[in-house]
Amino acid sequence: MSATTTAASEHQLPREHYLNATYGIRSWLLTTDHKRIALLYLASVTFFFFVGGIFATLIRVHLLTPNGLLVTPETYNKLFTMHGVAMIFFFLIPSIPAVLGNFLIPIMIGAKDLAFPKVNLLSWYIYLIGGSFVLYSFGTGGLDTGWTFYTPLSSIYSNSAVTPAVIGIFINGFSSILTGLNFLVTVHTMRAPGMTWFRLPLFVWAHYATSLIMILGTPVIAITLLLAGLERMFHFGFFNPIYGGDPILFQHLFWFYSHPAVYIMILPAMGVISEIIPTFTRKPIFGYSFIAASSIGIAVIGFIVWAHHMFLTGEATYAAIAFSFLSYLVAVPSAVKVFNWTASLYKGSVSYDTPMLYALGFIGLFTIGGLTGLFLACLGLDIHLHDTYFVIAHFHYIMVGGAVMGYVGGLHFWWPKITGRLYPEFLARAAAIILFIGFNLTFFPQFILGGLGMPRRYHNYPPEFQVLNVMSTAGASILALGYLLPMVYLTWSMRYGKIAGPNPWPATGLEWKTDSPPLTENFHETPIVDWEPYDFVHRPDLGLAGAKAPGKLAPAHGDD
Amino acid sequence: MHRTGELYGQYKTLEQQKETASLGMWIFLVQEILFFGGIFLAYSINRHLYPTAFGIGGNMLSLPLGFANTVVLIASSFTMAMSVWSAQTSKKQLVPIFLILTLILGCVFLGVKVKEYKDKFDHHLIPGHGFDITYCSKNPAACHLEGKDLADELKEIKEGVEVEGGETALNAHAQLYFSLYFGMTGLHALHMVVGAGLLLWLILEARKGRFDANYNTPVENIGLYWHFVDIVWIFLFPLLYLINRHLA
Repeated sequence: MSATTTAASEHQLPREHYLNATYGIRSWLLTTDHKRIALLYLASVTFFFFVGGIFATLIRVHLLTPNGLLVTPETYNKLFTMHGVAMIFFFLIPSIPAVLGNFLIPIMIGAKDLAFPKVNLLSWYIYLIGGSFVLYSFGTGGLDTGWTFYTPLSSIYSNSAVTPAVIGIFINGFSSILTGLNFLVTVHTMRAPGMTWFRLPLFVWAHYATSLIMILGTPVIAITLLLAGLERMFHFGFFNPIYGGDPILFQHLFWFYSHPAVYIMILPAMGVISEIIPTFTRKPIFGYSFIAASSIGIAVIGFIVWAHHMFLTGEATYAAIAFSFLSYLVAVPSAVKVFNWTASLYKGSVSYDTPMLYALGFIGLFTIGGLTGLFLACLGLDIHLHDTYFVIAHFHYIMVGGAVMGYVGGLHFWWPKITGRLYPEFLARAAAIILFIGFNLTFFPQFILGGLGMPRRYHNYPPEFQVLNVMSTAGASILALGYLLPMVYLTWSMRYGKIAGPNPWPATGLEWKTDSPPLTENFHETPIVDWEPYDFVHRPDLGLAGAKAPGKLAPAHGDD
Repeated sequence: MHRTGELYGQYKTLEQQKETASLGMWIFLVQEILFFGGIFLAYSINRHLYPTAFGIGGNMLSLPLGFANTVVLIASSFTMAMSVWSAQTSKKQLVPIFLILTLILGCVFLGVKVKEYKDKFDHHLIPGHGFDITYCSKNPAACHLEGKDLADELKEIKEGVEVEGGETALNAHAQLYFSLYFGMTGLHALHMVVGAGLLLWLILEARKGRFDANYNTPVENIGLYWHFVDIVWIFLFPLLYLINRHLA
């Protein structure tokens, strides 16, 4: 408590902000304020993260012994399916866009709200309805098709509750589409005076690219699941070989969305990292326009690589060669980003605050995840590695090491803006390091397991794989601790944290020029932008020349 | 209350508000194209794989009803365009009239569709256990088939059985055609129903004289949606009804 009182002498919470503007349950459930909707999403995606996390825990505990410790093979199928469905459709895809993007995009571009605030609220309700269907499916027999819903297993043979799950994911897709639509229109029409396209924060560029994928990809998974659902419910034979339908067509349509969906998950995290790095190196980001363009590049190329998930389905050799080549190609814009981030560190005055720890962790883990992706894009090697734990490790390095690290790092970075209060720095750094260690211990052994040939989605394994599996499970328990810690101290800090002030880091974005927490209208008056992005030198308002600046300033143009 | 097009809080000017709504609608239509795109792809691939069975399926559809519906829908697009024009030129009395005409034409389309669906039900062409592509050729009276039509039908089925390698295979592939027929036209009809609901709301608002040259965004945007749904039908009609049609 003494910390709170000393902090109060430095900064005070603004008298009126979006959290205390109105009170009562109705003021939340019927709000059209993008910041409150972001918090509604925060609560709901956190819930699904824990649902998915419980399934993951059960999987890892089960795999402690070669014959399986906990559940029957049938239940094991359900565990990994429900883990995937909860994590992908209800946590990873909405996490950064619907929570951080929703909160920040209007503020970052100097707008009062998103273009369509009511549509924004609608998208949250659609998410809840979709989520309820899926929870109903989990609760009434579960789901055992794998998160990929491959036909004919999902449409004919599975005895689990596929129909409600398919309906739930179909509905939830429209939540994602509406979010993407809202972001696209907002970025086009709601920018403040002076906020030109090349002054947009890279976080906004990343979300622009993400929104393109949401708009162009999500409707395809919607129609695909609808067709699979019709096949299951009414015996329409779209994908059923008995009627001449083709199950491979389902896979093509499914991956046409679900591969770009990977970029829905990772692009926003890259946006977060692009904000954190200049802030904690005190230096303009290296190659702004390249990072911005590479986001669009990833979104575009990401749409033409989908069939690399299907190298072993007997697709045409020449098609496979083309998709292999294109999959290598998508590594180029991703590498452009990694090189620019690392170049930004050069000669910067780097400080290792919590968000920066996550950003550095992201760069390392994303690089490992990306490079192992190249192994899988290689036609010959994929025959060996396909459907092994190598694939599992690869995409968890991208999804957890990349997307979740970015999400948690972003939450820490903008937590003072969202709540007006700081979290305990020491605990937060400890949690970041625990997460990093736990993550690597969980998933690195899986690369080795996959290389040795342990297949994914099996409830048991040969005894010689036990050591590595025990390591993985041990890592998972450390990882769980790393996730629980921020839950506890972030919640604690909402009431007891030090008052942050408008710009605690300090950072250059427009969101740091308004109160923490911001007003319902975001700004007291519409801001006019007359500075370049990530420029620390020509910004006397940041007060960096004073004693608060850790280390010396970088040169005016960080590119040299 | 947002009655005659006043400015919402998040916008600076009415122009910005209008531009935003219009852009939002266009982006929504882009995702609609992708949504229909999936099922159009499924159709194209299977049409390519089973041209004979799909030709027989197409010939089971009623060309007069399909053609009539195409005319009705194009007419409804015209009346919709007229209502947008009436709003833009501040002819406030005309707006609801044209909207009501549009709604009536939309309902006629859906009514004809119900009749077509019922015929398919009677002819055992609903995908499922009762599906039988040869039903009409075996029970010509139930399908009102006689004379040359019946002879054509019998000949076609016979050819189909040969090409597809047996009656079971023909039946299966024809069922795939009808799965796609019901999937595509059903999805289209669902969009029409949504459009009809939107029109109903628009008519109630237009009768209050809300839409004029200054403010007509809802008429324009729902008009865009209506035209889009029409265009989908303009693609569906030739794909489902006209390919491989033999004219008497």
